[in-house]
Amino acid sequence: MNYLDLFKLAVPEMVIVVTALVVLAVDVVTLRDLELRFRFIVAGMIACVGCVGATAWMLISHPSANLFGGMFVIDPTTQIVKIALLALTIFTILLSMDSDFTDHVGEYLALILLGAVGMMFLVSAEDIVMIFIALELTSLSLYILTAFNKRDIKSAEASLKYFLFGGMSAAFTLFGLSFIYGLSGTTNLPAIAAAMAGKGLDPLLVVAIVMVVIGFGFKIAAVPFHLWAPDAYQGAPTPSAAFIASGSKVASFFIFAKIMAVGFAGKEIEGSGAWHDYAAGWVPVVAIVAALSMVLGNLVAIVQTSVRRLIAYSAIAHAGYMLIAVLAHNRQSLVSLIYYAVTYGLTTVGAFGVVAVVERGTGGEKLSDFAGLSRRAPLVSFCMLIFMLSLAGIPPLAGFFGKFYVFSAAVNAGAPNLGLLWLVILAVAMSAVSLYYYLQVLKQIYVKDAADPAPLKTTVLTRVVLVLLAALVILFGCAPNLLLRWF
Amino acid sequence: MLAWTIYISFLGVLVLMLLPKGNAALARKVALTTALVGLGIAIAGLVQYKSAIAVPGAEKIVSVTDVDWVPSLGIKYHLAADGVSITLVLLTGLAAVAGILFSWNIEHRAKEFFAFYLALIGGVYGVFLSFDLFLLFVFYEIAIVPKYFIIAIWGSTRREYGAMKLALYSFIGSAMVLVGLIAAYVVSGAHSFDVTELAKYPFTPHFQFWAFPLVFVGFAILAGMWPFHTWAPTGHVAAPTAASMLLAGVVMKLGAYGCLRVAMTLFPEGLVAWRNCFAILAIIGIIYGAMVALVQKDFKFVIGYSSVSHMGFVLLGLMTLNAIGLSGAVLQMFSHGIIAGLLFAVVGRMVYDRTHTRDLDELQGMGLSKVMPFAAATFVIAGMASMGLPGFSGFAAEFQVLIGAWQAFPALAILTGIGILVGVAYTLRVLQKAFYGDGEAEAGSENQHEHEPMPPISVPERLGAVMLIAISLLIGLFPRLLLDVIIPSFDSPLFDWLRRTR
Repeated sequence: MNYLDLFKLAVPEMVIVVTALVVLAVDVVTLRDLELRFRFIVAGMIACVGCVGATAWMLISHPSANLFGGMFVIDPTTQIVKIALLALTIFTILLSMDSDFTDHVGEYLALILLGAVGMMFLVSAEDIVMIFIALELTSLSLYILTAFNKRDIKSAEASLKYFLFGGMSAAFTLFGLSFIYGLSGTTNLPAIAAAMAGKGLDPLLVVAIVMVVIGFGFKIAAVPFHLWAPDAYQGAPTPSAAFIASGSKVASFFIFAKIMAVGFAGKEIEGSGAWHDYAAGWVPVVAIVAALSMVLGNLVAIVQTSVRRLIAYSAIAHAGYMLIAVLAHNRQSLVSLIYYAVTYGLTTVGAFGVVAVVERGTGGEKLSDFAGLSRRAPLVSFCMLIFMLSLAGIPPLAGFFGKFYVFSAAVNAGAPNLGLLWLVILAVAMSAVSLYYYLQVLKQIYVKDAADPAPLKTTVLTRVVLVLLAALVILFGCAPNLLLRWF
Repeated sequence: MLAWTIYISFLGVLVLMLLPKGNAALARKVALTTALVGLGIAIAGLVQYKSAIAVPGAEKIVSVTDVDWVPSLGIKYHLAADGVSITLVLLTGLAAVAGILFSWNIEHRAKEFFAFYLALIGGVYGVFLSFDLFLLFVFYEIAIVPKYFIIAIWGSTRREYGAMKLALYSFIGSAMVLVGLIAAYVVSGAHSFDVTELAKYPFTPHFQFWAFPLVFVGFAILAGMWPFHTWAPTGHVAAPTAASMLLAGVVMKLGAYGCLRVAMTLFPEGLVAWRNCFAILAIIGIIYGAMVALVQKDFKFVIGYSSVSHMGFVLLGLMTLNAIGLSGAVLQMFSHGIIAGLLFAVVGRMVYDRTHTRDLDELQGMGLSKVMPFAAATFVIAGMASMGLPGFSGFAAEFQVLIGAWQAFPALAILTGIGILVGVAYTLRVLQKAFYGDGEAEAGSENQHEHEPMPPISVPERLGAVMLIAISLLIGLFPRLLLDVIIPSFDSPLFDWLRRTR
């Protein structure tokens, strides 16, 4: 393996890193004195071109490789996830082009791109050291992105909370991973599974499993490690919040599922979360976290008055649904997890885009600020209708098929005695609860009358992006095969 | 061709969304055209189906479209029809046209109103034509959301509460159905959601014992089965006229249709185990609904509870498990859809929109039979049909259900008689109070009338009323028009369970 080959395989990541540097340089050197909006558009376009280039490269070349003992793994699945990550990054960048919360355009966009690079490496890693490094690259970018609105004290508060919780959870993750290395003597995930096969559930392994679940439970905002999420979603600049809720979720879920399913393979380590057939292992641990997330996320979302916090709690609930796919750990459930996470990411980015429009127009993001939106901005309102109904799981939108696929994969994994049906019943019941609060948002938009009926101003770019996202949500819902046929 | 009922409705939604704002007249015309085309297709479909099954030994299930949708899960886009679904498609077409005629006076956000309305109609058509259960579920849920908005935006009394209650009840019901469907899909291992495939699989009695009530109740919530009926009266009362007509007319039928097509077809052994239980609930619904209707002060609540009572007949008919009872149930679905639509039209559009009250005591003082004789005459006819007088469709349907019930559960059939008697009582009571109260005696209220003269009954209202009455009479006098397509459908392989459980 020479370095030229490695270079070839890592072209997409390289392209993004170079783009980040170019954006930074262009902004510093040539754009500094120009108007903010113009700077955002130019720098954003450069960033998007980089992302599109990397995506195009991945679409035309189909390499398959496993370098340096799992440090850098490329297969068709990782390529799809990376393409999805880049798509989410592009949408985030497009939505940030309208913002005016910062003068540091180059830095902001470069950090988004670096975060995206971290996520891409995360997806490609099958080695616990590499996983940790990529995770940290992503997290550090996201901490700064959260704090980027220097004019708002809430942004600083959110970032501090996010950072402190994040640092703590990184420590837990590292601690857990070190135990795994100690037990198995290797850092490669399949090798770990092979080394631990037949040894049973060592007490040290139990500690390691719990630590890893805590660490990733934080990243994906699962109960009881979710406390940072509502504050971060509320305080962060909108594009940052959208990025945390979409791209970061997709990458974290993918790697979490990989660590659990590949690293902790083997019947005695997996255990069982089936109703009458309980056995200790990581599956029941994740099952408990999933159940708690669904119940708490959905119930607490009901009483929220801030739409951002409502989306945050709904994100916690959705993390619960996705954890069901993680613990089902078979091929079908992995596909369903990717489908769910990607479509969920698209929907959330869109929802945050609408929140941004309302914030700019009314100065707030309380539920009451959405009142009468359907008459002030019909197109944006219709997009929000699609996003909210998709999150609630109403067909024919992507959110419904995602839920359906995850649930049927989970029931299938527990066949023939339908062991995991209890989790699915809980999930379906909770998604019935969730319809209530999503309808609360839509009620404000469509039913209530606005205090100020003047039309809301939206830029063409925002409208195009939102319509595109809504169209994708409908398209992937009506024709899920468009995504599924890649697997 | 029948598939176009669905597409034309959603096409109508699209057109309405693109119309300029504030042009209510145009929106109405677009909506009416769409609904009329849908009705035309439905009638043509019925005629075509009738001639298709006239050939001896012909397939009783006519496939409309059958293509792969999500091959990796075995989901197909399979639309088909048998006599039961054709009957209900026809009902949907009629109810859609009538509903639009009776919402001719909507000016407030008319474009959106008709867009939601047609989306609902499209979903309902889809449910009745889906033979892939995943697809059926998709259409079933598409029908839930527009109901919420129609009631919450254009409704009256406690509209937001009624709308939310309705949406949550429907969604909880569909959640139960979803769990049952996924479990059935996985257990059968058939890698298909096609109802004809799944119906062949012999599920274990243990599985059927819990899956049947789960799916059945999930659908029956929407059919207004006691004790899960409470959404119905509040929802009907809160809804604008057209939505009440649709809710009682077709949406409640979605539930009953789901019970028959999904729950009973897939889990016949579970059905046998739970049959008596649900038959008793149906009869409680018949009697309870009628009793409660008897003491209501709000005109619309009377009709709302009468719907619960009449839907009890449908569920009872389903539980008889004999051909005559089942065909009676299907006919009752059709008949109640027409009659309830008519009753709600009189209450909501003709009376409430003019008097702005539904309080029976207040109406009593107005002498409405003189002020609006057409409304009074319509209500008298609709009331007679609702009571089940021979000559109207209600009689043909309920009579069959009773014969079926008599064969299956004689004791319960006698109890049903009480429900019918009370039904006569509450109908006559509201008729007398609302229209033939002697208001002229009070000078005060007479003056009030002079201050605000009521607009006359408009042409679209007359058209709608005459159409619904004519249909009810037609089916009452020639029930064979529909029975000729309903009864042969029970010979199809899909109803094998009917012969096994007998």
